[in-house]
Amino acid sequence: MNDLLLNLILTLDASFRVCTPLIFASMAGLFAERSGVVDIGLEGKLLMSAFIAASAASVFGSPWIGLLFAIFASCIFAMIHGLASITFKGNQIVSGVAINILASGLTMILTLAWFKSGGITPTLQGDERFLSITLPGVDIIDHIPILGVIYRELISGHNILVYLAFATVPLVWWVVYRTRFGLRLRAVGENPKAVDTAGLSVEGLRYKALLIGGILCGIGGAYIAIAHNAQFTKEMTAGQGFIALAALIFGKWHPYKVLAACFLFGFLDALAVRLQGVVLPVIGEIPVQLIEATPYILTVILLAGFIGKAIPPKASAQPYIKEL
Amino acid sequence: MTRDRRLSWINGLLLPLFNVLTAFLATAVVFILIDVNPIEATKILIYGAFGYEEGIGYTLYYTTNFIFTGLAVAVAFHAGLFNIGGEGQAYVGGLGTALVALYIDPTLSAWLIIPLGISGGLLFGAMWAIIPAYLQAYRGSHIVITTIMFNFLASALMVYLLVHVLREVGQMSPQSKDFPDSAWIPFVHDVFAGMGYKIAESPLNLSFIIALLFSALVWFFLWHTRWGFAIRATGKSNDAAVYSGINPKKIIVVTMCISGALAGLVGINELMGVQHRLLLDFNYGYGFGGIAVALMGRNHPIGIIIAALLFGILYQGGMDLAFEMQSVSRHIIVVMQGLVILFCGGLEYLYRPILIRFLAPIEASE
Repeated sequence: MNDLLLNLILTLDASFRVCTPLIFASMAGLFAERSGVVDIGLEGKLLMSAFIAASAASVFGSPWIGLLFAIFASCIFAMIHGLASITFKGNQIVSGVAINILASGLTMILTLAWFKSGGITPTLQGDERFLSITLPGVDIIDHIPILGVIYRELISGHNILVYLAFATVPLVWWVVYRTRFGLRLRAVGENPKAVDTAGLSVEGLRYKALLIGGILCGIGGAYIAIAHNAQFTKEMTAGQGFIALAALIFGKWHPYKVLAACFLFGFLDALAVRLQGVVLPVIGEIPVQLIEATPYILTVILLAGFIGKAIPPKASAQPYIKEL
Repeated sequence: MTRDRRLSWINGLLLPLFNVLTAFLATAVVFILIDVNPIEATKILIYGAFGYEEGIGYTLYYTTNFIFTGLAVAVAFHAGLFNIGGEGQAYVGGLGTALVALYIDPTLSAWLIIPLGISGGLLFGAMWAIIPAYLQAYRGSHIVITTIMFNFLASALMVYLLVHVLREVGQMSPQSKDFPDSAWIPFVHDVFAGMGYKIAESPLNLSFIIALLFSALVWFFLWHTRWGFAIRATGKSNDAAVYSGINPKKIIVVTMCISGALAGLVGINELMGVQHRLLLDFNYGYGFGGIAVALMGRNHPIGIIIAALLFGILYQGGMDLAFEMQSVSRHIIVVMQGLVILFCGGLEYLYRPILIRFLAPIEASE
């Protein structure tokens, strides 16, 4: 029994770590899509900022500098997307694809140019990366059965970005639903013409949304390279940007529901790692690939309207053309 | 020249040209940033792609894959659909081809096995596209998102099949057993040897001819058949299509099937043509490359062949460049693909305001 509990707690603990970048990226996507800009370039922004974070942290010896550079790089990509999809009214999906491919190529070329290696950056030592934090009181609560284990393994012992991710979600909720900017953001994604008529800048609002998304993606990418891992490796984001996109849809563009979806997908990922090669009673061995594919299957089923209905913001993917 | 004529001239020729040039210029900037002389690099690249027989063979071999995926993306574009799932459709299409090659009676004639292998690729590629198409047409889910998801599903499926089902007994790496000789599409150098000419060995095989044939077929289909007309009409205006009696839902499904089938042909070049077995990631990057090819080729088969050739040159030349210059990795070609997609696609209208403003005074003086 205790063994099962510990296993469960360890899996949940891993889920927290796995779902952190998903949370940052899906919140970034939430801002973009709520403003009416589809962002399938989340993956590219994560990858690029992961690489820049690892490079800067290694060169300057500080994870904070790595984080700053990562945010900067991600914002540049976000602005390229903005230029294409807002100012020049191009196809937002094509622009997103371009960003993903650019990131994939640039990270490979720059690792070679800067570090003379194909696709990896130097390993970060000690405090060059974000280390896990032991919360106060672990020693005291540890004596309490069950609760002690939960506090020690599950709640304490993550790095600062994990806590930041979970703090970001209520903040996003507050911004989107309780501030003037949030109201305008939602309006511009549903009915840009009304916003324009009210004398507000549709383009300005959309740029702001993309910039916030750029910052969030930058933190997410930095987390992957310099908190969860200790260096950048080739294609290390491995589709997490797309899983975040799936979580965004699965959570129907609502911060808390998206958080739940992120955690579910993170849990599935952690479970896939733990179940590798394990033979379960009755069912036998579940193929890891099936568990890994589950987020995608679930999203397809949801999108098809078989479990609830996911309706994106109305003006999504449409460039706004001002009438003269 | 009337204003309309002038606009179509700007949109049809000047803008694409400027866009491609900008993409190349941006690539040159990337070269300078990594301390490589772009002119020197271009020379090596072009020599690598054209300078010697083997290089030409490789160039056309890569071109073949890009023609297939470029056509796939273009057909969907004509119906106003964005098929971002070429990667997955190529992967699963290869499975169809491989299943034919692995399980058919190997004593049959190659004249039978190869067409069946091609059909397998077409069928499985179409199969992988039909679900997203159906969901878009009848359940309202967005084709872009579903095809992205299907790329990952294809990847998971293929890893599972290659690790657990199709792996050759006693083989450690996830790949199938070899195809029988009768399922090999002949190499071009073998064909030439048979005719008494000796040319350098390369992976170029007769799939290249098949790719050209399919380009002609796609051209005929899109511009000279009723279905082609219906597809283009739906892409131009959904409402107009409905009024002229076209059922857009049906068009979506048919178009995506054709698109997926074309992407599914990557497997005949890679598997029946070169590798002669099923293996992981043989499709890598061609599905996304097809987007760049279709955008650059303006969704027309001739444009696609030219754009595919350009990407073939870049692929092969890029390999040689990475070999010659220690500081350049062959991934420069991926950057270039990204830049082409960005400037020919996302930033398609970058120069339009400037061009229109530039031409307005001339227009006024006429």
